[in-house]
Amino acid sequence: MKKLVLCFMVVLALLPGVSMAQDVVLEFQQWWEPELPEGSFRAILDDFEAANPGIKVETISGPYLTTKDQIIASAATGTMADVVGLDGAWVNVLWKQGALHSLTQAMADAMYDDSELAAQIQLAGETYMIPIANFIYPVFVNLDMLAAAGIDPPSTRAEFAAAAEALTDPDNNVYGWAQPLSLEQPNGIQNDTMSWLWATGGSMLDDMGQPNLVDNMQLADTMAYIKSLHDAGVVAPGAFAMKENEKVEEFVNERVAMIINTLAHFTLIRERNPDLNFDITALPAAEGYDGPRGLPYASWGIGISAHTVHKAEAWKLIDYLTSVEGNTKLTSIANAFPGNVNATPDFIQTDQLFMTAFEIFQEGYLANEFTGLPAAEELMRRFDEPFQLYLEGEMSLEDFLDEAQAEWEDIFA
Amino acid sequence: MVAGTAGETQEPASFMREHTKRKFLPYAYLSPTLLLLAVLTVVPIVTVFLYSLFDNVIVNPNPPVFVGLENYEEVLTHRKFRAAVSNTLYFALASVIVHFIIGLSFALLLNSRLLSANVKAFFRVIYILPWVFTASIIAILWRLLMNPHGVINFVLLEVGLIPELLEWLSDRKLAIHSVTFINIWSGYPFYLVSFLAGLQGIPDDLYEAGRVDGANAWQLFWHITLPQLRPIIISLALLDFIWTIHQFTLVWMTTGGGRNTEVLSTYTYKAAFSSYDYSEASATAMVILAICTLVAIFYVRSQRMADE
Repeated sequence: MKKLVLCFMVVLALLPGVSMAQDVVLEFQQWWEPELPEGSFRAILDDFEAANPGIKVETISGPYLTTKDQIIASAATGTMADVVGLDGAWVNVLWKQGALHSLTQAMADAMYDDSELAAQIQLAGETYMIPIANFIYPVFVNLDMLAAAGIDPPSTRAEFAAAAEALTDPDNNVYGWAQPLSLEQPNGIQNDTMSWLWATGGSMLDDMGQPNLVDNMQLADTMAYIKSLHDAGVVAPGAFAMKENEKVEEFVNERVAMIINTLAHFTLIRERNPDLNFDITALPAAEGYDGPRGLPYASWGIGISAHTVHKAEAWKLIDYLTSVEGNTKLTSIANAFPGNVNATPDFIQTDQLFMTAFEIFQEGYLANEFTGLPAAEELMRRFDEPFQLYLEGEMSLEDFLDEAQAEWEDIFA
Repeated sequence: MVAGTAGETQEPASFMREHTKRKFLPYAYLSPTLLLLAVLTVVPIVTVFLYSLFDNVIVNPNPPVFVGLENYEEVLTHRKFRAAVSNTLYFALASVIVHFIIGLSFALLLNSRLLSANVKAFFRVIYILPWVFTASIIAILWRLLMNPHGVINFVLLEVGLIPELLEWLSDRKLAIHSVTFINIWSGYPFYLVSFLAGLQGIPDDLYEAGRVDGANAWQLFWHITLPQLRPIIISLALLDFIWTIHQFTLVWMTTGGGRNTEVLSTYTYKAAFSSYDYSEASATAMVILAICTLVAIFYVRSQRMADE
């Protein structure tokens, strides 16, 4: 009898273990869930779990900066979550630590056809991040202000400069353009500065992916053009300490007529000023340029931990989120453009502004050369410092680009 | 006899046990604190010191390489580091001096017999308000106030004190002064409260004796008030200097260390969390630690002298 009871107890004790052994639990750390409508991200993961019995996904969600710090810290200790949300600015440092699993390898193991992926972030010839939701940065224009000045949304740099000048009215604190160059958040270099270069098909890197800031005519022209806007007094004051959110506030409050801004702010702008009559347009290109325009963008990327023992299951999750079905669901709730070329988010059919944005997206190409670079944020910051001196007239164009090149080479080394 | 022998041998043994117990008992009482100190202070400091002697630490899969004092040499000879030291010294010294002046002035006002208790209570609340806010709230508040289209420019333009909009936080010549001003605003209440307590502790007899000897208000202040407050002044100044050297949030959230406002804390943060160069960041942190330790030694000495 004793033996029978003992056997029964052992079986009872082992049952949960047997059940656990059947289910693989994936930890998925990202900052997306708090930014999406409550429960909507979980619903997508529930769909994935239903389609993949035996795999459970446990989310570790937090704000962007907290997630970044935690992922980098956990990478250093080898305890990174199985699947991680990635920003292009962190990929390099994680890759250098050997913390990311090669997605090229994962795709090969799963015999996956990557032709539907809009982009892949590669380092040393292998993919380590797949952007699954993209937020492009077109130019937002205040239509009422443009109409009052009798001008159309600009398409070229000259038109933009003329429009900015016509719209600037310092006596009433109104300016044509705002360029945030705060060193705390130096992403103004990526979104509001280099974006002018990419829109004209230019590059800040050479063919080997190394810094190419000196003797780069397109870059020099772009910087000189931006300085001409500052010299003309059409840029909102306080640019050198301005942050992205302040730029948006200036636009929302109709103190600035045009800004380069992420589509992710559509809802925010409409909520803050429901009467604001605005539209979006592609970033102006240099005169005579008729090629495809590079569109600055920010992405929600995804990757797999090199230390996870569930690489195949982790890839299944990525496969689902990049599939037409999963990607359509995710980008629809995120108001983002898809990472799968065949996915079509719902909002594109229902909102005129998003339809325009989608056209801009289809006519151009995603361009963000900072993605995957080493210490991308620091690169922006070290470019920003001499750039500010150049804009103030404290440094020549050549000296500015020489210094920025030296600083970048220091980081690349 | 046998029992007696055993008793004799037991006596010294129990004496020794008692002696040993007495010797180690204080350490046993101290052990929880010593353990906490070791875990929370000694271990992190030693770890950071070791990081500063190596390259390839923390976020590098390659094994750390011992480089000795190379990181220190690199940091100490770097143009930006020297600028950060200079800015930090200005920021800290100006803050301490003006904190002292404002704190003491307001404390003297609030200690005056000319004001009613209600008026004093009201102004105590008003003057102490900056202390209530966290550094991030203060930074946001002053960014709004110092915005080129903000209240400060509006008021100064209206009264004709400035000819045009000033970019308080983005002008290279103004930014360090603006940030220092914000730090002064946020920190003076600590001095105010401490000085007020000190003033209320000075015996009236001293002032009465001074007046009998024919001393005027300035002489009373110079020969009685200041000497009586001396221990508080020294303690406050040294503590404030250390705290101001550590100030990060205010500078980071207002200027990001740009526009000639790079201080040691922002320099270290960028090295660690933007460049991911933890070796350099550790070396910088050790330099800051050395400066603070030096000031702390002065502080302890001044405390000892005050006690004696």
